[in-house]
Amino acid sequence: MYAFLARRLLATIPVLAIVAVLVFLMLRLTPGDPAAILAGDAANTEQIAQIRAGLGLDRPIVVQFGIWAGKLLSGDLGESFYYKQQVTALIAQRIEPTLSLAALTIVIAVLVSVPLGVLAAWRFGSAFDRLLMGFSVMGFSVPVFVLAYILIWLVSLKLGWLPVQGYQRLADGFWPYLRHLLLPSITLSIVYVALIARVTRASVLESLGEDYIRTARAKGLPEARVLVRHALANAAVPIVTVIGIGIALLIGGVVVTESVYAIPGLGRLTVDAVLARDFPTIQGLILFFSFVYVLINLLVDLSYVLLDPRIRY
Amino acid sequence: MSLPDLKHYEALSVEAGSVVRQESAWQRVRGNGAVRFGAVALAVLLAVAFAAPWLGTVDPSLFDAGSRDLLPGASGEITTLEGETIRHTFLMGSDSYGRDIYSRVIYGTRVSLAVGTCAALVALAFGIALGLTSGYLRWLDGVLMRIMDGVMAIPAILIAIALVAAWRGSLPTVIIAIAVPEIPRVTRLVRSLVLTIREEPYVEAALALGTPTWKIMLSHILPNTVAPLVVQGTFICASGILVEAILSFLGVGLPPDIPTWGNIMAEGRVQFIEFPHNVFFPGIFLAVTVLAVNILGDGLRDTLDPKMAKRV
Repeated sequence: MYAFLARRLLATIPVLAIVAVLVFLMLRLTPGDPAAILAGDAANTEQIAQIRAGLGLDRPIVVQFGIWAGKLLSGDLGESFYYKQQVTALIAQRIEPTLSLAALTIVIAVLVSVPLGVLAAWRFGSAFDRLLMGFSVMGFSVPVFVLAYILIWLVSLKLGWLPVQGYQRLADGFWPYLRHLLLPSITLSIVYVALIARVTRASVLESLGEDYIRTARAKGLPEARVLVRHALANAAVPIVTVIGIGIALLIGGVVVTESVYAIPGLGRLTVDAVLARDFPTIQGLILFFSFVYVLINLLVDLSYVLLDPRIRY
Repeated sequence: MSLPDLKHYEALSVEAGSVVRQESAWQRVRGNGAVRFGAVALAVLLAVAFAAPWLGTVDPSLFDAGSRDLLPGASGEITTLEGETIRHTFLMGSDSYGRDIYSRVIYGTRVSLAVGTCAALVALAFGIALGLTSGYLRWLDGVLMRIMDGVMAIPAILIAIALVAAWRGSLPTVIIAIAVPEIPRVTRLVRSLVLTIREEPYVEAALALGTPTWKIMLSHILPNTVAPLVVQGTFICASGILVEAILSFLGVGLPPDIPTWGNIMAEGRVQFIEFPHNVFFPGIFLAVTVLAVNILGDGLRDTLDPKMAKRV
C-alpha cells in the first residue's frame, strides 16, 4: 500500500512538471516581449527592464525556465501587476467562495444523481429511465450561464426565494452564507448530475446482471438492500472515477458561475485577470487549478482500495 | 464442445458479424431516431444560417438611437448603412444600442456553426496526425503521450481562456483555442485504434508485401478510424459551440462587433432584470443547437461505434 502510494505520488510529478512547462511556454510563445506583457500595459521602460532582468530574459530559454520553476517550487507564483500583490496571497484571499461553491455543488450533485442513476438502472427501459437519460443529454447541452439566468429569473426575480447575486462570507453567519450559495451550486450541479447519473446508471446496470445479484435476491434480501449493498457498492469505482474526472468540468463551470452570480472567488479572478491581461495571475491560477485537479484524481485512485476490497496495491 | 469445433464456430460468427455490419452501417445510421432528429434539427439551423439575409433580418450591426430597449414584437425605426431610415419590427426586441436582437441571433447561427465545425476539424486534424505518429513511431510515443497527459491535466476552459488572452480574440485564434484542449482526447483515440488495427492480419499482409509505412497508415489504418472519429468530432463540435459562447459571454472571446450568441448575452446581462429576453433568446438558440448536435452524436455513437456505446 505505501509502496503504491509512493509510486502514485511520483507518477503525478511528471504530469505537474509538464503542466508547468506548458504554462511557461504559453507566455513565451505569445507574440511580443514577455517582460512587457508581464509588466502590464501601464508599465514604464524601467519596470519592464527590471522584470526582464529578474526573469533572466536575456539568457537561454532553458535557464529562464529554471529560474521560473525555482521560484515556483519555493511557492512564489510572482506578483500580479493588476492587483499589485503576490499571486499566492490573491489565491488565498479568494479561495473561500470557490471552495464553498465547489463543495456544495458536489454534495448536491452526488445526493441527487446517484439515487436517480440507481433507480434508472433498476427500472431499465422504463419511462423514468428514458426521462432521466433525456434530461442527461439536456444537462450537457444547456450552457451553465443560460441555466443560471433561467434560475435567477425564476427563483430570485419571480418567486423571490433567494438573493439574485453576491456572496456572504461564512464568518458573517451560516444562513446568509448558505442562501447566497444555494442557487449558484444548484446551477453548477446540473451538468454534474447529468454526468454522474449517466455513469451510475450504466455501472449499476452492469452489476445488476451479475450472479451475486441473483443470489442476493434468491436468499430473500429486500430489493432496496440488493440495490444499495450489492449493486451500487459493486458499481462504486466508476462512479467515484467520474466524479474525479468531472472536477475539470466543475472548475470550468466555477469560472462561468462566479461571473454570473458576482461571487468574488477564483473563477471571477480568472476572468478579471484575463480581461486585464494579468499574466502572472493567469499562470498562477492555471497551475493552481491543475494541481487541485491532479491531486483530487490521485485521491480518487487511492479511494479504490476502500471501495473495492479486491483492489490491493 | 471440442476445440476445433469452437474455432470453427468463432470464425463463422466473426465472419457473419462483419458481413452484417458492412451491409447495414449506413442503413442503421439512417434508421436511428436520434440521428434523424439531430440531423433534421441541424439541417434547419444550417438553412437558417445560410438564409439569414432573407429571413426578415436587417444588417446585425445596424442601430438606431430611437429604437433602444424595445420589447419583443415592438415596431421601430432603424437606419441602414446608406443612411436611410426604415420601419422594422423587432421580433425579439432591441438592445441598449437600438440593434435588432432577432437579426443578431439569426446571424449568430452562422458564427456558432462555423466555429463548432472548424474547431472539430482542427482538433481532428491535429489529433489524427499526432495519434498516427504516436501509434506508429513507438520511440515518439512516450514523449507525446506525456505531453497529452499534461494538457489533459489543465481544465479545458482554462486552456482556451489563457490562449485567447495571449493571442487576443479573433475568429482563427478562438477556433484554435477551443480545439487545443480537445486534441489529446482525439490523439489517444486514434493511437488506441492504431495499436489495435496494426495487429490485424491485413496490415501484416501489407507489411509482408513491403508496403511503405505512410501508405499503410493512409490506406489501411486511417479508413478504419473514420467511424469513431465522426462520433468524436460531433461531440467536439457541440462542446466547441458551448465554449465559444462561454468565451464570448465572459468578454474574452470574439470581438463584440461580431454577432455571436455569447456576445449578445454578454451585452444583455447588464439589463437582465428589466429585459430578460436579451439573454433568453440567444440562450434558447444556443441550447437547442448544442442539444441537436449532442443528440446526433449520441445516435451516431450507438449506430457506428457499438463498442463505445456499451461503455458509456
